[in-house]
Parts: sequence; structure tokens; C-alpha cells
Amino acid sequence: MNLEEYRGVWVFLEHKEGSIVPVSLELLGAGRALADKRGVPLAGLLIGDQVRPLAQTAIQYGADIVYVYDDPIFHDYRTESYMKAVIACCEKHKPEIFLYGATSTGKDLASAVATDLATGLTADTTMLDVDVDTGLLQASRPAFGGNIMATILCKKHRPQMATVRPKVMKALDPDQSRSGEIVEEHATMREEDLRTKVLKIVREAKNTIRIDEADVIVAGGKGLGSKEGFQLIHRFAETIGASVGASRDAVEAGWIDHPHQVGQTGVTVTPKIYFAIGISGAIQHLVGMQNAGLIIAINKDPHAAIFQHCHYGIVGDAFEIVPMLMEAFPKAVLGEVQYGGKV
Amino acid sequence: MLHIVACIKQVPDTKVIKMNPKTNTMDRSSAPAILNPYDAHAVEEAVRLKQRYGGSVSVLTMGPPPAVKAIRKCVEIGADEGYMISDRAFAGADTLATSYALTKALQKIEKIQPIDLIICGKMTIDGDTGQVGPGIARRLDIPPLTNVKKVVEVNKEKGYALIHRKLEDGYEVVQSSLPCLFSVEKEINEVPYAPLPNMLKAARYQPIIWSVDDLDDVDRTQLGLKGSPTIVAKVWPPEKPKGGEMLEGSPAEQVDRLMEVLLAKKELFRVKEVR
Repeated sequence: MNLEEYRGVWVFLEHKEGSIVPVSLELLGAGRALADKRGVPLAGLLIGDQVRPLAQTAIQYGADIVYVYDDPIFHDYRTESYMKAVIACCEKHKPEIFLYGATSTGKDLASAVATDLATGLTADTTMLDVDVDTGLLQASRPAFGGNIMATILCKKHRPQMATVRPKVMKALDPDQSRSGEIVEEHATMREEDLRTKVLKIVREAKNTIRIDEADVIVAGGKGLGSKEGFQLIHRFAETIGASVGASRDAVEAGWIDHPHQVGQTGVTVTPKIYFAIGISGAIQHLVGMQNAGLIIAINKDPHAAIFQHCHYGIVGDAFEIVPMLMEAFPKAVLGEVQYGGKV
Repeated sequence: MLHIVACIKQVPDTKVIKMNPKTNTMDRSSAPAILNPYDAHAVEEAVRLKQRYGGSVSVLTMGPPPAVKAIRKCVEIGADEGYMISDRAFAGADTLATSYALTKALQKIEKIQPIDLIICGKMTIDGDTGQVGPGIARRLDIPPLTNVKKVVEVNKEKGYALIHRKLEDGYEVVQSSLPCLFSVEKEINEVPYAPLPNMLKAARYQPIIWSVDDLDDVDRTQLGLKGSPTIVAKVWPPEKPKGGEMLEGSPAEQVDRLMEVLLAKKELFRVKEVR
């Protein structure tokens, strides 16, 4: 493999219901930085049915080039069809770095593509950098359930591929005046050659909790003691208009469903305010919430690890402290009481 | 009659793993070796499909000799046969090299008894990648179906499987030809306590163990460290943000101080009046 032939940074542009998904826009921001450092173009790869208009969006968010496969065969995401398009495009244009969102689609696609291209793939990356001279991608990620961070390199194969966790990279502000090149690509596969069919897509948006989009999260853990105790979290969250999060222990105890789980095997969240109540602060949990703007921990145990990772900590009984907060909030926010003269 | 193979791995229990604070390395001996929890769901689903449609369940693992224990655990769940590939040549494999080695073993199993369906767990809790399952499917050129949360039907006669595949905001109903590979979510089933006869069988069970020489047409450059395009260049403990301000005083005083902090961010709250 002649590594010199490979040039440019690519982002897989995942889309849903007519928009590029947020993680792909975040990756265009991260990819822009890598491409600028290397002095190479940033390209987006867009695959779908009637998706051409999205190419312009990708350019506004930082892409120099967008390769577009627009064909009814790509109406639904299927590993088989998308993979063939991605592989053909890589073989034709030879990118040096290729990033995908660590979503169910991105991870599925990247795993299949990496196998066929016989190249390295780093999963769930949370930090990216590139060596200016060698072009070596430094993809770092939590490993062993978040117990350590590891930097992974792929020295002898191209493209260097990584899936990247949503919400850890920053999208650029869209620039309407940016221009770029849109390159039409064509699929060569036929429907009868594909072995899978999507019969139906069921969206459960109403019932699905999107804690990754919440501004304020109240999260509870083992320290609440029981399912009944966990109700305190729901009541507090409702009072202040927050979303409910939970540690793995609380989910495994059956106090709350998995979509609420914050951490390594749950959701990565980046709220402006995160209340960690009765949460000890296992590393698996910390990796999921450490980027919150303001972290407030309430725990009975003064030695709980969470206190090393919060901005404000209260050592105390949640069942005493939280009800006091629930009383104080409405009065204070509605302006009946002033605190410390600073408000 | 279906022949289902579940691919499994023995992993350190990352929930209890301890870090050595002096060297900042993991003390792997502190963590018990367990069957990867997601793989237990894969084996359970295979056993349920066997009960529903008839047939047999084999499990396959790659690992050092003590990984036999993980296979015995699968026999407890209800697996009929266990295969293990164990050889220094496999050591240091990343997901690409792992999927290659497992594929070679699956091709050998296929010769003993044709395989209709392969089931993997969603990911392992030590690697956390979820890449080996799709890798195997690609190498065998069968459809990979990841994030499977429900198996509606496996119809060997008509040659298809029908599943629900989990999405970020719902699920999709997918039909695939057989053979194919599922990697399953943990919500697909609950793994019950093992029945006593299974436990007795498991205690005595000896899996079939192959070395690299037992596999056919192996390209050794694709195995182990040599066959792994990715390398771990550096490990370090996750950054510890310095501890914040601990609020002092009585609970009421602590709450007052916290309110001061929070009211600076008043606009973020949609407060409901209590009572």
C-alpha cells in the first residue's frame, strides 16, 4: 500500500428526515481542523435518496468537496448497499482519514467498510489529532469500560478510520458564503443483488428520552436506595423542568429504564447543569457526564469519587437536601426570595 | 433444524477493575474473568431459537486456555457444543485480526455442521467496539444485522430471518436472507438462572480446542499483532478535574449557597411551583 496516494479528510454525512444529523456536522468541524493542519481538503460523503440539497449544508459547515450518491436504492440505510458505495468511493478518491459518527448507522457501516478495505478502525473516539508531517491520526478513546484512555494509531493502512461519539466535537457556525465542489457519484448495484430489505421504520420519538439534548439533567444513583427513593429524582426534575438521568447501578436495579443511563454503556451528555444525586462517581459514569457545564454533586459519603469531579459538592442526605431545593427553587426563580444579594 | 453459532468472549469485569494509583495501570488481576454480559444474551437468544425451531447451538471463542470457563457458562445457559481457538499466534489481535481468526474457525465448524445463523453480543465490555460481529459477516459474505433487539422469525425453509433493529429513535423491521449474522442488544431477552441439569453438564464439559495448525488455509500475516492495523500507542488515566467547592454549613446554609450559584443560570430552569 502506497500511503502517499491517500490524501484528504472525509466525513460520512448521516442524515435523517431531510437533515444532516448533528454528529456529522460536529465531525465536519473536527475534520476541518484536521484538514487545515495537514493542508488537505475536507470532503463529505453523502449517500441517500433525494439528498442532493444537503450537500450545500455540508459545505456551509466546512466541507470543500461533497461526494453524492443520490439513488432510490439508498432510500433506506442498509449495510450492504451503503458499504458498497463507500468502498467504491474510497477506492476511487483515496482519503487518508475517514470519520463516522458513533451512531448505530455509523458504527455498523464503518465496521463493514474497515473489514473490506482491510484497514484499522477506532471505535467511540472522544479526542482526535493528526501529526502534521506523517499524517498519522491520533484517535483517543475510553477503554476498559472507561477505566483508561487509549490513543490508537493505524500506521500502515489507509484510510485511517474512526467512529466519533456524538456531542464531544464542536460544529462550526454555518457560513452561507462558503463555496465548495459537489461531485456526483453513481451506484452500480441492483436491488436484486441485495439480501436485506427494510420493511418498516417505527419512530418512537415521543416515548424516547433524549437526555443527550437536555440543558439541565437531574441524575440519580444507588444512593437513593430503592425504586421509591428514586422517585425523588423525578419529582425534583419535574419541579425545575429538567430531564432525568441515572447511573448504571440505578438502571440495573430496575429503578429506571436504560435510555436514561448516563455513561460508558449509556448516553454521553453535555448539559449546562448536571445534578449527580446519590451517585458515587464510577469512572464509567464520569466519562458520560464530565463535559457538563456545571456539575453539582449531592452524596452522603464524603469520600465519593464524584466530589473530585464536580464544581460544587454537598455532603448530605439527598432526602433532606433535595426537598429543600424543591421548595427554594420556585420561590427564588419566581423572584420571591433573593439569595446573597447577587441575583 | 437450525444450527446457530454464538461467538463469545471471556472478559475482565470492568465494573470492578482497579487502577494501580502508583503506576496508573490497570490491575487486571483485581477483576474476575466473566462471560461478556452481552454475549450471554447472544447465547440465550440462540437457545430460545433452538427451542422454538429445533436444532442445536454451538459457541465459539478465541482466548487463552482459562477461557474454557466462559464456554462452560454458555453450556449452563443451554449451548450444546463449544469450540475454542487458542494459540499464541492469535495474541494481540485487534478487531480486524480477531474477525479473521474467528472466521477461519467458523469455516471449519461449517464443514462439521452447516451454519444457518451466527449471533454475537452487541460488543464486549473490555474492547467496547462492536466491530468483530460485522467483520465476521463481511468475511463470510453474509448480511450483518447489528443492534438486533427482537427476532420475529427465522424461517429456514424459505431462507429468511425477520428482526427488529434498534435505532436511536425507534426501530426498523428488517428482512434478511439466511445465513446471516445478528449482533444483539441486551434488551433482546433476560438470561434466567441456569437449570440444574445444565449446570451439571457444564461442570464436566470439555470444548473442542483448535490451535492455528488445526485451521485450514490460514494466512498467518493476518493473525494476531501482525495482522492488526491498529496499535495502542499510549494509555493514560482519564483526566481528573480538580475537585470543586464543597459547600459548608448546615443543610439550609448549603442549600442557600447552591441557590446563589444556580440563580445565575436562572434562564435554564422551567420552574413549576411546588404543591
